[in-house]
Amino acid sequence: MVIFICHSCSNENVETYVPTPSPLQIPPLFENNILNPITPTNNPQTEEGIALGKKLFFDPILSGDNSQACANCHNPKNAFTDPKRFSDGINGSLGNRNSMPLFNLAWNYEEKFFWDGSVFSLEHQVFEPVSDPTEMASNWTQLEAELQQHPEYPDLFEKAFGTSTIDSNLVAKAIAQFERTLISSNSKFDRHLLGEAELTPEELNGFNVFMDENRGDCFHCHGSDKNPLWTDNIFHNNGLDENFSDLGLGAVTGDPADNGKFKTPSLRNLAFTAPYMHDGRFATIDEVIDHYSEGLKNSSTIDPLMKKVAQGGVGLSEKDKTDLKSFLLSLSDHEFINNSAFNNQ
Amino acid sequence: MKYIKPLFLLLSIIICSCHEDADDKVFQANIAFNFSHAWDGEEVTNSDFNTIKFTNENGEQLSIEKLRYLISNITFEKTTGETYVFDGYYLIDVTNNSNLSFTPNSTIPTGHYSKVSFTFGFNNEDNYNNYPDLNSTSWNVPEMLGGGYHYMQLEGKFIDNITNETGYAYHAIRAVDNTGSTPVFEDTFFEVDLDAANITDSTTFNIEMNIAEWFKNPNAWNLNELNNMLMPNFNAQIMMFENGQNAFSLKSVN
Repeated sequence: MVIFICHSCSNENVETYVPTPSPLQIPPLFENNILNPITPTNNPQTEEGIALGKKLFFDPILSGDNSQACANCHNPKNAFTDPKRFSDGINGSLGNRNSMPLFNLAWNYEEKFFWDGSVFSLEHQVFEPVSDPTEMASNWTQLEAELQQHPEYPDLFEKAFGTSTIDSNLVAKAIAQFERTLISSNSKFDRHLLGEAELTPEELNGFNVFMDENRGDCFHCHGSDKNPLWTDNIFHNNGLDENFSDLGLGAVTGDPADNGKFKTPSLRNLAFTAPYMHDGRFATIDEVIDHYSEGLKNSSTIDPLMKKVAQGGVGLSEKDKTDLKSFLLSLSDHEFINNSAFNNQ
Repeated sequence: MKYIKPLFLLLSIIICSCHEDADDKVFQANIAFNFSHAWDGEEVTNSDFNTIKFTNENGEQLSIEKLRYLISNITFEKTTGETYVFDGYYLIDVTNNSNLSFTPNSTIPTGHYSKVSFTFGFNNEDNYNNYPDLNSTSWNVPEMLGGGYHYMQLEGKFIDNITNETGYAYHAIRAVDNTGSTPVFEDTFFEVDLDAANITDSTTFNIEMNIAEWFKNPNAWNLNELNNMLMPNFNAQIMMFENGQNAFSLKSVN
């Protein structure tokens, strides 16, 4: 988009390039029930910025040896996570945490990203995996030069940001713009809330297990039908270990009271995002439910909401477990993983 | 109907029975509120959290890991019948040290007020509105318990009868007995009376919550018996309501 601004005092026409605004399309359930998404004023969503971010997201040029793109560990078919427990870096080394799925990121109001909340803002998050030696192992200075020499990128940055001079901040801004468009809002349960789909009796009972403080009591951390994010985006110790090999939030804050705490993941799209937990220790949803039912381990920082830890967990019946799984799977959004706007096409 | 009332952007003022002559010179006052917290006289802040350092009336040692609660409808009444209400709500989050102090955007006329009060929680009319900011912070009550919102979440750990650290979740909501075919409700929001006050410009109310009161009077709370799954526990909710009556006090107005 090119806007001609007329300065009446000097009688000159000044041509100013402005990329095409493309504000986030907020789904009705989000619009009606939760606060608006976070879009930084210094990085507004634009068509050109989003398109550039998408191209970068799928381009292995971001890695040190041009072999891996963001999408390698954040596969659209897996709701932008990695089906492997730990992702392979370009040097063959493995990380120690499961790749996080990517959707509805603009509604992370406190903007603490990663399992341990170590990075503030989506833009800053982009910097980490690119230069992490266990991941893409690139060098930002070299990457900037490589992009600058590329036959297409300088023009694309010009269109997105009004400058063909490429720097890491603009790379991060473009990718963050694309990531903010990854909105998942069309699961069966969403359509049920909109009156467009009917849940099975099993799914309905599963939802009641989820919401019942005497049974699953999942809602305190994962939200409810009034919060389509299905996460509180807060950090909890959910009883995985008696002793911590990974301190999680505690390593970030330095506060022992935060040891063993990790961000609550969204329950959307579980059908595509196995394995589960920060370290991908559970291969199936059944294993996750069994953990909360009878597998809890006590520790000094376990969340008070992990009740009945002395008995191992909430002790769900087999039917409630099965129905809870049915409900959880109703939060899966097949349109999201097949959306061509989010795929490398 | 959509209600957007961001926590930090409150409030509109509803002026009831206000009929001032054009010649009256009425000065408007900004009102500030500071909420502090104590355990039987000892100040409590979030720096005291996560350590077992408190002892309740029942003799149980406990820690606090989370404390947040909602107040609403701050009201100023005059003997003449004029009533001014800050028609909104505040989620006071001690854990994250947020919203402990606030100054509503609106003002009220200076002068003497025979009664200043606020509501702990929501009254029934307000409780069943839809608040996106509260939904965004997981403050909802499940529909099977009548819906609406929490009034308070107080969580931590205590030393149980066999010396284990055990979690507790003291969550206050509108009491409901849903064991029958029709749920039976009993109101558990309550008015906190701050007594009379002279309002000058930039008046500040310093209000204290004695956390120990939630475990003390008239019900000596037994955490070994009542530590979790309290939301569906009708009797526990009534006991919270009763104990909460003396939890708040006005420390000063300046």
